[in-house]
Amino acid sequence: MTYIIQGAHDDFEVVIGLEIHAQVTSNAKLFSGAATEFGAEPNAQVSLVDAAMPGMLPTINEECIRQAVRSGIALGAQINKFSKFDRKNYFYADLPQGYQISQFSHPIVGEGVVTVDLEGGKTKEIGVERIHLEQDAGKSMHDQHPQFTYVDLNRSGVALMEIVSKPDMRSPEEAAAYVTKIRTILRYIGSCDGNMEQGSMRADVNVSVRKHGEPFGTRCELKNINSVRFVRQAIEVEARRQVDIIESGGVVDQETRLFDPNKGETRSMRSKEEAHDYRYFPCPDLLPVEFDDDFIEAARESLPELPDAKKNRFMEELGLNDYTAGVLVAEKESADFFEVLVDALAKKAGKDAGKVAVKASNWLTGDLFGALNKASKTITESPVSAAQGADLLALIEDGTISGRIAKDVFEVMFETGKDAEAIVEEKGLKQVSDTGEIEKIIDEVIAANPGQVEQYRGGKDKLIGFFVGQVMKATGGKANPGVVNKLLKPKLDG
Amino acid sequence: MSNIDKATVAKIARLSRIKIEEDKLEPLAGELNNILGWVEQLEEVNTDNIEPMASVVDAKLRWRTDDVNDGDKQESVLKNAPRAEFGFFAVPKVIE
Repeated sequence: MTYIIQGAHDDFEVVIGLEIHAQVTSNAKLFSGAATEFGAEPNAQVSLVDAAMPGMLPTINEECIRQAVRSGIALGAQINKFSKFDRKNYFYADLPQGYQISQFSHPIVGEGVVTVDLEGGKTKEIGVERIHLEQDAGKSMHDQHPQFTYVDLNRSGVALMEIVSKPDMRSPEEAAAYVTKIRTILRYIGSCDGNMEQGSMRADVNVSVRKHGEPFGTRCELKNINSVRFVRQAIEVEARRQVDIIESGGVVDQETRLFDPNKGETRSMRSKEEAHDYRYFPCPDLLPVEFDDDFIEAARESLPELPDAKKNRFMEELGLNDYTAGVLVAEKESADFFEVLVDALAKKAGKDAGKVAVKASNWLTGDLFGALNKASKTITESPVSAAQGADLLALIEDGTISGRIAKDVFEVMFETGKDAEAIVEEKGLKQVSDTGEIEKIIDEVIAANPGQVEQYRGGKDKLIGFFVGQVMKATGGKANPGVVNKLLKPKLDG
Repeated sequence: MSNIDKATVAKIARLSRIKIEEDKLEPLAGELNNILGWVEQLEEVNTDNIEPMASVVDAKLRWRTDDVNDGDKQESVLKNAPRAEFGFFAVPKVIE
């Protein structure tokens, strides 16, 4: 679906490019041995390198190079065996060096492409321009003291990957899908934890508008957006603002803007304007980063199955539909849970994985996701483990309980964390498949409802549902519905 | 030939947060032009087809392993700060 902004006179399209800053998962910082862990005491994870004390020299962390290379491979991008670091100069209180060590002219990763998933099972390819490694800055807090800004350098020097897209996106939805997909891939391979609330991933969004067929318009950069929802909202608001300016005869200024989600507006960050003169030059403290093909191959071999490949496998080998497979692979934890569930269930039921996978996926995306959602829990916090889920589903498979009873058992499992078998045993929920016993109950039901029997025999076939219901009721829902159906009809027909 | 004027000196000073008195701008522009002019003599050398050099010695970038072996020295880090409060650097308010 094409996203169009309707102006008073013309229709406009929006052109979007993103710079995603993803914190590299590593124990130590990019150029120092200080820890990267979130939530420490202020300035407790700062080395003298990170504080930019005179004479301190940076030494690169090999893990950060490896993670950048792994990320590049996962995004199908060109890996540069030669890259180098430059200094990006600007003055700010939380940047003690007065410059950020970044990669300007020779990034570690070059062009790649990401396939993003859109509504209705559609996909679109979005180009990646480059990925480079750089240092994060410290954190400023402006609201703690009337006269002072408080600065914490714990983040200073933490490794970031800046993933720069091509201006290939044409709607807020595409931009949101792109961020989501990058996040999913990085989380799969473990190069970034993707935690947007803690700032491990944030995006700068470049937005411009144009009439169809015209060259790109002037863009504005929306800084530091920290959720997928805000990416979407910020683009909507900013594109509308630019269209209004153009339609009223004005000109869009190229500038850095801030998105305010509370007010639903973007506003100019004039203070950052002159900072744009970054005066890049090669960092004299660091030699170029060089590695060989073996290093790249080792990085490639360390990659797990990527989300797109996993989704295809779920569809082709396990028979899942596009939508369900997409839901399951979106979060690595869900996909992992599902795989353990299917394997355990197949083993327990003695059937092929392909025969039980759809049932397992229905239970997972329906019952378990529903319950987790209601309890505001994530899959990793699930009180019912994948193995326990498989036990429950196996009980349905072998006819011990009906699907209906299984829902009740599941509720108790979710609340208590107990095993399915124990609950079934305790509450006497075993399905009754004993034909003798069921026959006896059917006879009683028929004897107790002569009026309905007469109507049924007079041609009201639909009343069979009533009798099934009565039998189920009499057995507390435990009668095997298959057996009931088989026995009931001949008896009713007389 | 490089040509640094007074305005450029003022701009670089501002970006670097170095205070330079008005009457020093002109002399500084002259000095900077001299330095750049001196360096520009290198342009007389033909460097076609010569790879840029990163170091004059034959050295490779040293990589460190991903171990936490530094930090945990809040006191040292804050020691020279003109002002520190609650473990933070306290700097003149930065207004956004």
